[in-house]
Amino acid sequence: MTHDLASDPAAAAVSAQNARARRRGGFAARMLRRPELGAFGATIFVFLFFAVTAGDSGLFSVLGITNFLQVSAQLGILSAAVALLMIGGEFDLSLGSMIGFAGIIIGICVVQFGLPIWLSVIITFLVAIVIGALNGLLVTRTRLPSFIVTLASYFVLRGLSLVVTRMLTGRTQIPYITKDTTEGTFVSLFAGKFGRGFFTWLGHMGWIDLRPDGLPVVQGLPMSVAWWIGLTALATWILVRTRFGNWIFAVGGDIGAARNVGVPVERVKIMLFIGTACAATLFATIQVLEAGSADVLRGTQKEFEAVIAAVIGGNLLTGGYGSAIGAMFGSLIFGTVQMGIFYTGVDNDWFMVFLGLMVLVAVLFNNYVRRKATEAR
Amino acid sequence: MMAVLSKSDRPLIELDQVGKQFGSVVALKDITFAARPGTVHCLLGDNGAGKSTLIKILSGVHQPTAGEMRIDGEPIVLTSPRQALDKGIATVFQDLAMIPLMSITRNFFLGREPTRGRFLLRRIDMRHADEIVYEQLSQMGINVRDPQQAVGTLSGGERQCVAIARAVYHGARILILDEPTSALGVHQASIVLRYIAQARERGIGVIFITHNIHHAYPIADMFTLLNRGKAHGTFAKSEISEAEVLDLMAGRRDLKHLDAELARPAPQA
Repeated sequence: MTHDLASDPAAAAVSAQNARARRRGGFAARMLRRPELGAFGATIFVFLFFAVTAGDSGLFSVLGITNFLQVSAQLGILSAAVALLMIGGEFDLSLGSMIGFAGIIIGICVVQFGLPIWLSVIITFLVAIVIGALNGLLVTRTRLPSFIVTLASYFVLRGLSLVVTRMLTGRTQIPYITKDTTEGTFVSLFAGKFGRGFFTWLGHMGWIDLRPDGLPVVQGLPMSVAWWIGLTALATWILVRTRFGNWIFAVGGDIGAARNVGVPVERVKIMLFIGTACAATLFATIQVLEAGSADVLRGTQKEFEAVIAAVIGGNLLTGGYGSAIGAMFGSLIFGTVQMGIFYTGVDNDWFMVFLGLMVLVAVLFNNYVRRKATEAR
Repeated sequence: MMAVLSKSDRPLIELDQVGKQFGSVVALKDITFAARPGTVHCLLGDNGAGKSTLIKILSGVHQPTAGEMRIDGEPIVLTSPRQALDKGIATVFQDLAMIPLMSITRNFFLGREPTRGRFLLRRIDMRHADEIVYEQLSQMGINVRDPQQAVGTLSGGERQCVAIARAVYHGARILILDEPTSALGVHQASIVLRYIAQARERGIGVIFITHNIHHAYPIADMFTLLNRGKAHGTFAKSEISEAEVLDLMAGRRDLKHLDAELARPAPQA
């Protein structure tokens, strides 16, 4: 169905005009249309704010930076998946319970059944895929709001974690998961550090302090940061470059329209729920292997924090619009403010107040941006 | 009527005494008509005449409970919109199946994205897709500033054109248009009508569904009138005037009655 432009001078003229317009509406216009613009601005504001108020408190020392990056990274792993799900028009309230549940499965597999850690982690991911698929199936089959369906799984999963753990161990915690492990390499994949060479070099150059034994105070960034960056890149790739990403926007934007043009809407939603369940499991794996123990109460409130980070990052609560990079900035703001308040010595309770207000401002701003984006020009 | 027939091939799609019942409610009865390539066939009916049900049967959403549907002469029961699309029957619904927050290009190729690369690197060929959208829209005389702009920024007429262009580009042989100009002003409507004429020139069979004869009369070649779920005859344009169509549609008596009722004595000088 291609047509020869040259044969129609009028069309060719319009086309040339279009080409000129394309060049004119260049880089700046494209950037202004990005959903993460607001979050990017807010990140800069937050950094400047703490640079002024907490500049000499150590927040921006190497150790401080590592701290807030670690907080941001763990949340960011969740919010990358949550962003995709929210753009697809759904919620997953079971995220936090899934973290506790996944940690417990790893713990039980290793401690109770004596399985190797790598196998336990793989089993846990398989379980997560099943749970995510169940969430997705329930939402698409019953046509109930995902808010209700995952509220149910929120309680079921947390309850199951308690029941199973108490039944098998008599307690609600599983310690000694990484004790005497011979799987150092596998564990360090999740709980290790990267960039050691770079930090050693920084130490040698005298740019960061050295400990008495000659090693730098910070020997590398936690692996969670690498996972965070990797997952955000993957989510962004999926969202803006693949067919599946196009379908995510479509099912969140208008599910009826998406169905009419042949998008497999059920499959898309189920995949997104599997995505959040797997992100929760990755989070749990990192926590369990870093701490060496699992606890049924791990991940409490993470479902809200991840949504907050995604919303601050420009993702619409109603679906159809947003970005994974935005969620990354949202998580960075979250981590920076949490640590910043700690470093400035302000009562930590203020963090929640700030968070609530931040969400409100972000939603108002997002709605404004959406209105602008669809205004007839 | 023969003049129209001679310039067309055999019908692309035919309905033969098709009926549709929902429980005990008869929505359609004995609908017979045929759409031919390169022809604009107007289905005219007032509210409640059964237009929506007919569209849904043609587009594979509903299945008829009586009669037969034929595509290229072969009897067929369409079970899904997807199957209808695969057979070359594209329906542009009134809500257009466009997602306002997504870009023109993303909407244009939704569900049929062109890709490049393999496996994990398989991705939408966005540059190629953008170029196609430029080309297709330019041919219709629509000058979009940037195919990556959101569909929500387009005017109603432009959106209608994008929806039709999308169907045509993806290989529609039969284009079913549900009230394509009703929501538009005169200027916008004329752009859409001009584009429908272009589609007809390319040999596409157009089924133009409307309740308002004024929207369809300039472009339609054939008219089939629907009233209360039944077809009241098919006419070629040469056989029937706009006023006659209007009369048949509304029921002659109704309008006469209305004329009499609304008439006022001329004001006294």
